[in-house]
Amino acid sequence: QKLSVDVLDHLEHLALVDFRDSEGVERLQKAIQFAEQLQEVNTDGVEPMDSVLEDRWCLYLREDDVTEGNCTKELLENAREKVEEYFVAPPGNIPLPKLEERETFLQSS
Amino acid sequence: AALTDGLRSQVSAALKEGRVTPTELCQRCLALIKSTKFLNAYITVAEETALKQAEESEERYKRGQPLGILDGIPIAVKDNFNTAGIETTCASNMLKGYISPYNATVVQKLLDHGAVLLGKTNLDEFAMGSGSTDGVFGPVRNPWSYSKQYKEKSVPKSLSEDEESDWVITGGSSGGSAAAVSSFTCFAALGSDTGGSTRNPAAHCGVVGLKPTYGLISRHGLIPLVNSMDVPGILTRCVDDAAVLLGSLAGHDPKDSTTIQDDFTPFELPNLTDVSKLSIGIPKEYDAPGLSSEILALWSKAADLFKNAGAKVVEVSLPHTRYSIVCYHVLCTAEVASNMARFDGLEYGHRSDVKDSTESMYAATRREGFNDVVRGRILSGNYFLLKQNYEKYFVKAQKVRRLIANDFVKVFRSGVDVLLTPTTLSDAAPYTEFIQEDNRTRSAQDDILTQAANMAGLPAINVPTALSERGLPVGLQFIGRSFQEKQLLTVAKWFEKQVKFPVIQLEEVKRHDSGVFQHQKSASFS
Repeated sequence: QKLSVDVLDHLEHLALVDFRDSEGVERLQKAIQFAEQLQEVNTDGVEPMDSVLEDRWCLYLREDDVTEGNCTKELLENAREKVEEYFVAPPGNIPLPKLEERETFLQSS
Repeated sequence: AALTDGLRSQVSAALKEGRVTPTELCQRCLALIKSTKFLNAYITVAEETALKQAEESEERYKRGQPLGILDGIPIAVKDNFNTAGIETTCASNMLKGYISPYNATVVQKLLDHGAVLLGKTNLDEFAMGSGSTDGVFGPVRNPWSYSKQYKEKSVPKSLSEDEESDWVITGGSSGGSAAAVSSFTCFAALGSDTGGSTRNPAAHCGVVGLKPTYGLISRHGLIPLVNSMDVPGILTRCVDDAAVLLGSLAGHDPKDSTTIQDDFTPFELPNLTDVSKLSIGIPKEYDAPGLSSEILALWSKAADLFKNAGAKVVEVSLPHTRYSIVCYHVLCTAEVASNMARFDGLEYGHRSDVKDSTESMYAATRREGFNDVVRGRILSGNYFLLKQNYEKYFVKAQKVRRLIANDFVKVFRSGVDVLLTPTTLSDAAPYTEFIQEDNRTRSAQDDILTQAANMAGLPAINVPTALSERGLPVGLQFIGRSFQEKQLLTVAKWFEKQVKFPVIQLEEVKRHDSGVFQHQKSASFS
């Protein structure tokens, strides 16, 4: 089954990563095809496994004690855009342009 | 002295007795790194800080107070571990110029033991790949490409052909670390192992590659790929050294809640002489399609070695083996899709100039920062996690994972102590041949023998076994019970002693810088 442009567009939105070219789309097609083999396995009555340590360990919470911090300066050093102690981001709440309006390989498909 | 004697009886002893100083050792390694630059094993060489660490180590030796076996020992770290003050790139444009503000726990532990950090090694971008060919700094060359052993077996080329073109890959994704250890530029290196990324290059480069049990060594500071499978890997020249490294790294870390809370006691490996109480399992499904007849024969020979020495050798079955690569493919891409979401240019790493909106800035940043392989996995992962696909792919894969893990439980419960399998399907391919297939295809082929151990969280180790017809290293893999590293390594050590894997004869390096190499050799093997 070929993937619809809608699904591909949806994925580009979710992942915020682009397919770039037909090879990119083909890569996904092949990946899905490869994954189909899973359907051959009988998993009736089998519980999904989240972690290999499920028997040994319950995710624990530690005491809410402050043990480290005060490293604002170090953390800000790696950011490109900052003002005082803030990371600066472009305006939010603006959705990614629709397929027709943005520059994407998918437009031509 | 033999190659297998390692740190404890060779370099560390030499340091303790003053036959060589930490600064001399460090300088020799740095010089060797320079003369083997064509291997492209290192992304960053931390010359100044390494020399400073070596000087501090020297002071400790002078006072007669070394911190232990690792004091003054030059080591290298894969470039996906955070190292304070040193660039950490993951071989990606996304993190070029990123200077870590902290040390990964494993890096800190090595430094606390006095190890000298020479630099960061090359890898596939974000550790995705099985060749160490897909990083932004270019591919890593296998040192064995320049060995006498390989050149002797090569078909003589016509004078007009570029002699350089038939070099072979290191395997991956920890290829830089494996090449660094194999070419003597360091005594041990850290890699990471999610699907075989430490054991695969170890096999191709003729070094020991240990994947510890999931939960034994802290992942804090290791830039994550698949949180439920990633482990730091250890690459050394002999099994004893792997035990030494393990001793300094294992144990609960409050900063990584997936490390088990049990106490860990470092151990020395006994010299096993009697294997009659040992039960070795040979999983028949590991005779996988594509396995070279050469490696099949070697594996069989190894099984006989154990049998003739009195061990019980039994054929066992891990019926879901052939689905583990598909299962891995789904779970890996799903976790990757989640883990890569942190790279948006806001707090660290590459940031695009696009300013219209947060979303378009993120999209542009990721467009510019990630290569095809990374983007491909993110998109696949997102596909498998879509509401309409979640049960069919992701949850299904989690169920298959349980079946795979249970296969191992059943086999170990039946009395088998350790499993013996091949590590790779063949010896190292020439680069020009390797790149003819895409990354996903290659990974699916090459991870087949290694990644079930990651699925089940079990410890596994590659032990260099013999040279192939082409004069290249071939290794075999031992898989052990959860948290039974001592037993696993004891068996591996016994096997290592029996096979006497040959020392690499690096002609090229010898020609370029014979003095350094000779000294290096004498420090290791005198």
